[in-house]
Amino acid sequence: MPAHFPVDLDAVRGRHPQHFQRFDRRRQTVIALAAAAFALLVFAMDQLDFFDGKLLKGMGRLVEIIGLMLPPDPKDWAHVRIFSSALLETIAISLLGTLMAAVLALPLAFLAARNITAQRVVRFLSRRSLDTIRSVDILVWALIWVNVVGLGPFAGALAIMTADIGTFGKLFSEAIEAADRKPVEGIVSTGGGQLLGVRFGIIPEVFPVLASQVLYFFESNTRSASIIGIVGAGGIGLYLAEAIRTLELQQTSFIIFMILVSVVPIDYVSGQLRFAVIGRRGVVA
Amino acid sequence: MTSPIALLPDAQLRPLLDAYEASVRSRRWHTLLILACIAVAMVLSSMSAEVSLPKLFDNIHRFPSYVLRLFQLENGRPVWTDVAEWFWGLPRWLRLLGETLLMAYVGTVLGAIGAVMLCFFAAANVAPSRWLRMAVRRFCELCRTVPELVFALVFVIAFGLGPLAGVLAVAIHTVGALGKLFAEVVENIDMKPVEGITAGGSSWPVAMRFGALPQTTSNFVSYALLRFEINVRSTAVMGFVGAGGIGQDLIEAIRKFYYSDVSAILVLIVITVSVIDTLTSYVRHRLIGLQEKH
Repeated sequence: MPAHFPVDLDAVRGRHPQHFQRFDRRRQTVIALAAAAFALLVFAMDQLDFFDGKLLKGMGRLVEIIGLMLPPDPKDWAHVRIFSSALLETIAISLLGTLMAAVLALPLAFLAARNITAQRVVRFLSRRSLDTIRSVDILVWALIWVNVVGLGPFAGALAIMTADIGTFGKLFSEAIEAADRKPVEGIVSTGGGQLLGVRFGIIPEVFPVLASQVLYFFESNTRSASIIGIVGAGGIGLYLAEAIRTLELQQTSFIIFMILVSVVPIDYVSGQLRFAVIGRRGVVA
Repeated sequence: MTSPIALLPDAQLRPLLDAYEASVRSRRWHTLLILACIAVAMVLSSMSAEVSLPKLFDNIHRFPSYVLRLFQLENGRPVWTDVAEWFWGLPRWLRLLGETLLMAYVGTVLGAIGAVMLCFFAAANVAPSRWLRMAVRRFCELCRTVPELVFALVFVIAFGLGPLAGVLAVAIHTVGALGKLFAEVVENIDMKPVEGITAGGSSWPVAMRFGALPQTTSNFVSYALLRFEINVRSTAVMGFVGAGGIGQDLIEAIRKFYYSDVSAILVLIVITVSVIDTLTSYVRHRLIGLQEKH
């Protein structure tokens, strides 16, 4: 109890007045920002029809739908077979897209890296184009590739490739910029050219980081590959969208369950490989 | 170029070269093995993905011509000759783009609020019970493994066509993604303030509010901003399944071959995304700077 050791509150107040101020300047700004954010939230929710009764009615229906989804049921074995092969196709799309993107992004990343490319124009252009590629969603790329190579999984693999070139280019160039300059200087000083310097000075250093990023993206691309079927670019997404649109809810939940189950071993294997490549350092951001 | 470095005589160089060869040989085999594995995986997946190179080469010229066609008006002139015609739907697109941004904002804020509430139960160092921790972690995993678009498809059935379904889908995905990141932030806090507050006799929620939360706020905000950036991109395609935002007009333009509209909408999206990127990364750097100063 405070009564056991007397504290002269007034003396403490005198010594540290700043701790007894109810709202100092910093606090005031934080509160003002939070209030503004909250006001914007309420305004936005009003604009997006949160408050006109649709939300409550929808919640009731959502509970009903979830009830209808359980238990997951593919209906018959023929469907299980179709879904499994579509799932394999999804994984294939993801693998192919990720690897192609990694191969194509590597040279671009060197062009965009500050310590490799001296010309500012080249660097600026390659960075801006990588940014532009990145800001277009994978589904849009899928639609564009469907127009070029037709419906099917090939369009999906190309879409994943295109979208990932942007991301890999940025991540790779950051990894290259973070590389130590000394090995390159050593090689150049013993008479090796710039190219040899990159090959023996930079690539051995950044390769593990790049490999772990590629593995990480293989994992997350499997998830994206499972939806590009919605626009007709192959994989399990086609069956998923069809099952939802025709209200085959038990099949829907079965497909979602299959996707979840298939992601687990991929997660595990790529995690192990990542650790093997970079040591137990965890995810390299 | 003549080398200024004196080379060793051949007799002395030979053993050194041999030693280098020997040390590199096993690693070279290793690399070859890995390359072979990757090649096999590539071939198998190409078969599964129906890759046909002839088809690609037959059609590849359509990619540049499609992209070029996107930048031509209906009368065949390039778009920049008549910007007013190119952006004929600007008021409508800007309204939809605003709706997209609001959707991303609400989705991120609601998701972040949910994640803040969940993360203290999911962090190994402060979680009140092991079983609760496992349950919360599994829940977050479920939320972020199921793609947003799948949630959106289901929510469109429940809530009807419109932005509400899209916002909720984004919010649920954000709960999963941020819940994990926030829990990791909480796991890295300094435990002394929490111990002090607990030793002072206060309850768990109070210890979290005054011991843990102040240490994590700037990281939480920084991750939430990063997520907002990602969510802007993903709400832009929510309209593909009828869940609001500019995606609706985009997919219609692509499907119905309104070429110049596609490029106009894409240009607007790219500009918006890069503006948001720049703004959030500026704020995040300020926040990180703030954190290092303390």
